[in-house]
Amino acid sequence: MTDRSQPVTANEPDVLRVEGVTVALGGRTILEDVAFAIAPGSFTGLIGSNGAGKTTLLRVILGLQRPGRGRVVVAGDAGNRRNRSIGYVPQKVLLDPDMPMRARDLIGLGLDGHRFGIPMPSKTRTSLVDEMLAAVDAERFANARVGILSGGEQQRVLIAHALISRPRLLLLDEPLANLDLRSGQEIIGLLHRIATEHHIAVLLSAHEMNPLLPVMDRVVYLAGGRAAAGTTDEVIRTEVLSGLYGHPVEVLHIHDRVLVIAGPGYPDAARLAAEGAGIELG
Amino acid sequence: MFSGFMTNTWVVATVVAALAGVVGFFVVLRGSAFPAHAIPNGAFAGAAAANLLGLNALLGLGVFAVFAALGIGTLGRRGRHDVVTALALVLMLALGALFLSRSTEYEPAIYALLFGEVLGVSTTELLPVAFLAVVCIAAIVFMYRPLTLSSVVPEIAEARGVRSHRMEIAFLVVLAVATAMTVPVVGALLIFSLMIGPPAAARSFTDRPPVAIILSMAIALATVWAAIASSYASNWPIGFFVGTMSAFAYGIGRAWAAWRRSRRPATRL
Repeated sequence: MTDRSQPVTANEPDVLRVEGVTVALGGRTILEDVAFAIAPGSFTGLIGSNGAGKTTLLRVILGLQRPGRGRVVVAGDAGNRRNRSIGYVPQKVLLDPDMPMRARDLIGLGLDGHRFGIPMPSKTRTSLVDEMLAAVDAERFANARVGILSGGEQQRVLIAHALISRPRLLLLDEPLANLDLRSGQEIIGLLHRIATEHHIAVLLSAHEMNPLLPVMDRVVYLAGGRAAAGTTDEVIRTEVLSGLYGHPVEVLHIHDRVLVIAGPGYPDAARLAAEGAGIELG
Repeated sequence: MFSGFMTNTWVVATVVAALAGVVGFFVVLRGSAFPAHAIPNGAFAGAAAANLLGLNALLGLGVFAVFAALGIGTLGRRGRHDVVTALALVLMLALGALFLSRSTEYEPAIYALLFGEVLGVSTTELLPVAFLAVVCIAAIVFMYRPLTLSSVVPEIAEARGVRSHRMEIAFLVVLAVATAMTVPVVGALLIFSLMIGPPAAARSFTDRPPVAIILSMAIALATVWAAIASSYASNWPIGFFVGTMSAFAYGIGRAWAAWRRSRRPATRL
């Protein structure tokens, strides 16, 4: 359950390197000197409460937000074409139930949706879509309209959509936010399988780290725009997180769950508590 | 009904319907019904202006429609350009009121611009209409994949380097050009119904995007042909028939979808 061993990637270069990224928007510092690296085929959780800068960091990685300082290197490429190596699943996708588009059509768009012209049906294309449907265990609803699928099913289709272009890195923004516990567990299991079997690095943001503890190789913990990165044992510690929050916090291990508890007087304690990331002490 | 002076009408109506079916598919997919309503209704003011200046009506329509599209696309953010669209419509209608009051044009010509006129097509208009239709359809074919991607999952499209805002403006310009050429035939108030009714109906009959586009074209063609024949036979305005038949097609589509659901109960909701 608490196996957090590193994947065997000793000689491979990192698939993602975030180097000293600082972002200020409207005079507010959103991210400050954030740095971490992700190895191929590893599973990384980007943990932080709302407003910690998770979405901004993902936008920087995708090249949609230019950092004030620092840079991002994806698969050795720091330029504009780096997002070709990234598969992205955004947080909130609203799909019209009346839209004439099957799950397999949306997955096919993941292959070449950014290119001009019309898609030409071909055996290769169909078999690639079938392969992706199998990879995310979505054959059952392959021919159903995407708009009428449940949240968990749509999540699978969007993951397949992201995977079909064979990215090196899969980026997911709060994939568990709108799912019940069981669907969430299934998605985590699926992502873990993708990381290990297909050797695609997974970076997923979440405000609650407990569901991810069994599968995370590494954690990037964001608080107040600053990040601490490493294995969960290295990061989820009283000293490290207290330094990050700039306020005493305590890390409690209860069975196989972790609770981050803010000491008295922490201004954002209520928010921390509301999100289940921790409760106020005293 | 198929005599010499009607030939132009049949040809242009066929071109217009095919185009409206294709462009309309994306109007419905993107939820751009309001711009699709505002651009033609405002653009008729351009025809009034052209009339006042003694220019070609198609030119006036085109200029107004494209400017409206650029204004709506530039000032409005994706998914929330309702206020800008409404103001563009109001501004153009205001100009239209002015131009019409200054115009010596006989009333039926203005009526034709608003509600369509079966006999309103001259041979000199044939070529430009056909040319613009080919340009519009070519543009849609060229943009097909990124336009679909940015319509369905704009956040993902953006992350993959498809500029949603540029797609939006490009699509609105195609919409404007398509609108400008369709207004003289079915009228400003009812080109709207041709771009919404058939594509919305087509969605009930198929789950596949390419099939939906072809069906949308087919339904638009059937609507326009039936409307011309009915209008010719009854002497009622063609706009009446286009509007009611579009709505009727949509109604049939919904009924069909409901019937299919009842026969094969959905396994999920």
